[in-house]
Amino acid sequence: MITVLRAGPLTTVQDLGRPGYAHLGVPRSGALDQPALRLANRFVGNADDAAVLETTVLGCALRFADRTLVAVTGAVADVDADRRPVERLRGCQLFEVPAGGILDVKRATRGVRSYIAVAGGIAVEPVLGSRSTDTLSGLGPARLADGDTLPIGVPALAPSLVGEPAPITGELVLGVRLGPRDDWYATKELFGSSYRISPLSNRVGARLAGNALTRAKAGELPSEGVVLGAVQVPADGQPIIFLADHPTTGGYPVVGVVDDVTPLAQARPGTTVRFRELD
Amino acid sequence: MKIRRVGAAGLLIECPDPDRVEDWRAELWRRRESGELHAAEIVPGALTVLLDGVAPGTAELLAAWEPAPGERRSGGSNVAIPTVFDGEDLESVADLWAVTPDEAVRRLTATPLTVAFSGFAPGFAYMRGFPDEWAVPRLAAPRPRVPAGSVALAGGYAGIYPTASPGGWRLVGRTDQKLFDVRREHPALLTPGTRVRLVAA
Repeated sequence: MITVLRAGPLTTVQDLGRPGYAHLGVPRSGALDQPALRLANRFVGNADDAAVLETTVLGCALRFADRTLVAVTGAVADVDADRRPVERLRGCQLFEVPAGGILDVKRATRGVRSYIAVAGGIAVEPVLGSRSTDTLSGLGPARLADGDTLPIGVPALAPSLVGEPAPITGELVLGVRLGPRDDWYATKELFGSSYRISPLSNRVGARLAGNALTRAKAGELPSEGVVLGAVQVPADGQPIIFLADHPTTGGYPVVGVVDDVTPLAQARPGTTVRFRELD
Repeated sequence: MKIRRVGAAGLLIECPDPDRVEDWRAELWRRRESGELHAAEIVPGALTVLLDGVAPGTAELLAAWEPAPGERRSGGSNVAIPTVFDGEDLESVADLWAVTPDEAVRRLTATPLTVAFSGFAPGFAYMRGFPDEWAVPRLAAPRPRVPAGSVALAGGYAGIYPTASPGGWRLVGRTDQKLFDVRREHPALLTPGTRVRLVAA
């Protein structure tokens, strides 16, 4: 069992999410940085769909009732296991916390979200097949609060090693495929300028600030389904890129779809974003 | 029919009217059920059906699957929603329709509705069936908190709030039906294609 000593500003349980329910208005949710989730799970021998903790910038502190194998991936942050610093190797801090020991994930120095996997996984009750906290709809467990306790599942597999994670870079170039509503804005403008990640970004979407796109078509778009990575342009012309907790339908035009949103999971406010057109 | 690309693995079918959306939605759900179509999500909208997580070549398949116009394949269930018509905006809706509140309630209970699509919140269904002239604008300022079970109107749609949330729809009544419950085998009471009647409780 885990006791939360310091929950941090937004620490949630996340796994691969609950895709397949968009027609009921249920967001997919799940870890924003899925490669970091898989990496952490593999280091502790979990299946890829085991639930982990996702922190936001300031980390969290946890006490473990029993001896537990733990892996921390994602954002670069100092980690203390029972007051001793743990070295980061291959994008991961892997260590065993003794019974009664404390894990402290400190403030991230690069990136935004750290992923804490424990052997056996976080064993809260699944909701619609997933243990993910959905910050938009409220499905899944509540965000962590100081004093909460979390059950741990039974460790199963032997740890399997995996490749290097992608580096967290200061400037992002995102591949985007235009459509479905690229005729609603002068989308060529998307590729000619750079944007910055707005501090209003969250698990629902990465909001960009920069040159407002010019509207090419008047009127209002009836609500339609939207996907992960959709570049939605509201009335102010500033694009929003939908992340895991995005709504399932929307009424603003989606001018393109980003092919990999993983870098946005670790992009801090102020990070420069450019777009590259994909076929 | 026009198909638009949505990223690497998504397609958006544009339909001329909501009936065609329902035809396509039912057709695609049936084809997925039978194993002919692989799609992670099939999501109807107001005038579109989105497919996400499809294999390359699916767009070509769709061209051959166009359902015959008016061929209703919907196996949607029938649901009656017992409703107490005491909503705060019932009078304003009646005013917009230029009828008495009693006549507004008669219209609401006499009109067969169909779930067109879902969104906004888990289990929130956009129900259609009212004539276009009955469309009502959203409130100028949304309420910070609309209680769960509120039956409401906006645009040409009726909707029922599954959970308490902020909302700008006009409240005409309330129901004690549970719209969304993750413990049920089918968590949403109202899904696309469901036929709905509001019944005075």
